[in-house]
Amino acid sequence: MSLNIVVCVKNTPTTTNVSVDPATGKIKSSGLVYAMNPFDEYAVEEAVRLKERIPGSTATALTVGPDSSESVVRDAISRGIDAGVIVSGPEFDGDNAYSASFALAAAIKKLNAEKPVTIVLFGKNTNDGNSGMVGAETAAWLDWPGVVSVKKIDSIDDKIAVVWRMMEDGTDVLKVTLPACLSTTKEINEPRLPSLKGKMAAKKAAVPKWTASDLGLNAAQLSELAPSLVAKCSTPPARPAGMKVEGASAAEKAKKLVDILIERKLI
Amino acid sequence: MESNKGILVVGLTQRGKLIPAAYELLTAGRALADTLKEPLAAVVLGSKVSDYAKEFIERGADKVFVIEHASLENFNDELHAKAVAELVEKEKFGKVLIAATVAGKSLGARLTVKLKAGLAADATEVYQNGTGLKAKRAQFSGNIISEVQFASATQIATVQPMTYPRAEKQAGRTGETVSVAFNPGFARIEFVSFQAEESNEVDLGAAEKIVSGGRGLGNADGFKAIRDLAHAIGAAVGASRAVVDSGWIPYRHQVGLTGRTVRPKLYIACGISGQIQHLAGMSSSGTIVAINPDPECPMMQMASIAIQGDANELLPLITAEIKARKGAAAA
Ligand SMILES: Cc1cc2nc3c(=O)[nH]c(=O)nc-3n(C[C@H](O)[C@H](O)[C@H](O)COP(=O)(O)OP(=O)(O)OC[C@H]3O[C@@H](n4cnc5c(N)ncnc54)[C@H](O)[C@@H]3O)c2cc1C
Repeated sequence: MSLNIVVCVKNTPTTTNVSVDPATGKIKSSGLVYAMNPFDEYAVEEAVRLKERIPGSTATALTVGPDSSESVVRDAISRGIDAGVIVSGPEFDGDNAYSASFALAAAIKKLNAEKPVTIVLFGKNTNDGNSGMVGAETAAWLDWPGVVSVKKIDSIDDKIAVVWRMMEDGTDVLKVTLPACLSTTKEINEPRLPSLKGKMAAKKAAVPKWTASDLGLNAAQLSELAPSLVAKCSTPPARPAGMKVEGASAAEKAKKLVDILIERKLI
Repeated sequence: MESNKGILVVGLTQRGKLIPAAYELLTAGRALADTLKEPLAAVVLGSKVSDYAKEFIERGADKVFVIEHASLENFNDELHAKAVAELVEKEKFGKVLIAATVAGKSLGARLTVKLKAGLAADATEVYQNGTGLKAKRAQFSGNIISEVQFASATQIATVQPMTYPRAEKQAGRTGETVSVAFNPGFARIEFVSFQAEESNEVDLGAAEKIVSGGRGLGNADGFKAIRDLAHAIGAAVGASRAVVDSGWIPYRHQVGLTGRTVRPKLYIACGISGQIQHLAGMSSSGTIVAINPDPECPMMQMASIAIQGDANELLPLITAEIKARKGAAAA
């Protein structure tokens, strides 16, 4: 018994300190440096741990994005993933969760046809879009079970996984029929850094690029990929200016703060 | 494109109880319904939930659909989506509002694909203007606010808890209740068990007050003073990533990009510098109090009320002062 794992990763800006071009209402992308979305590191690490847990298992990193995102696939390989694929093309440039998950699902179907996929792993969310929707949407496109907020894969074979889902009030334990899509939380593991051996493998790896036609997608399907989209971006309004609590001693400051909180009916 | 009519608020239940954010959705939904002159419906899902129908009507719903089935007791991505999708398709709702909880976000994602309906995730505002539904949401750790517009007949938003006030009860308000049959079919996710959080602390996401601690507390013991203050004012306990990573407090307390997004009326940040990834989770709080010796750090700069000083010294004094006042008020 072995697992065939897919881990989905995205190349995102390393900073969230971005600005808006007032003329277009879009985020200024020039000068931004890109790297693996930090939350995807947990998904990649979990894939590597599953490989270690069940010898003979394989893991493939998958990304959707411009040609330059190939680097994120190589980064995943340097962290212990076996191979990678990039899905690229103008149809998927919209950078919305709906079209990204559609493209990922189409690529997973292709991988699944080559060799049945057992499990697909995702990060919690991206540090750019922040929506956290792609994992669950990919599950929906594939019509596979989906679980978000996974903090532990308790047991797994090629048919069933028992996973822990972190909820607001505690932890759900779920038995999931595979294949399935799981979105991980940071609690799931402690990601390791790329190894020297991994970096060598990453350099040598051939990363195939799949286009919409490689995935057998037709124009009609591709024309329906934006049921919602970002009309414009702006920077948030500044918060009202604050006040300082002054006092000769800590006790005086504490008393003054309590006065203010009571006066404003906050406590 | 033919446009669907009516607004549907999704009332998810957890451990047999309606989630508190459901009544916030009624406020957002009622405003949309009044602007559009369309009816406001709600659906409540769970194993024994029909009692909530009356509550929903008294708080503003015109019609409530009750989907009771044992399989809906605990959140199941596929089954909850199937139940809601069947209802939306049958009734042709134009707008669907879901609370952006763990379950709600998972449901929203599945529905957007199933219904080919646009989705705005984690919306902080939903409103109708001349051309259609609009939703605002944060991106890039809250540095960017994007405005989402829709091109689909049905439009979905998951709404951040605590962004709208809870709809109040209006005694005597009437409406219609409809019970909906549900056939779950074969389920591929089986609920095994639930392990409740041991502490009886207030949940961060629904908290009106939060006392939060960071590396400036010095060590894990610093959280004792945080908990004491939280207890004295009925607040939830939050934390920065630095202290969660150091093992001072469990991850579920983490506020920020990697943790929870919170919107309390009062957020007291003690020994937290206010890096953007932390602010991402709390910058929409009502009043922000910062306690920190460094007046230049971002948290002190953005705070509504800034106190320069040592949190370990100030926290016990603040708690004692509050207790003394409460004692005096009670006497
Ligand atoms: C991808 C990514 C995601 C992240 N996600 C999160 C997240 O979800 N949440 C999060 O919080 N962080 C997150 N971070 C980390 C974030 O960048 C900061 O490192 C972290 O928030 C710092 O925590 P802190 O404010 O407790 O510590 P520090 O930045 O070290 O600040 C400590 C503060 O304590 C003050 N201080 C010192 N002594 C005292 C005293 N006696 N009393 C009071 N104050 C004192 C100092 O002046 C300082 O301002 C993320 C980072 C990355 C890269």
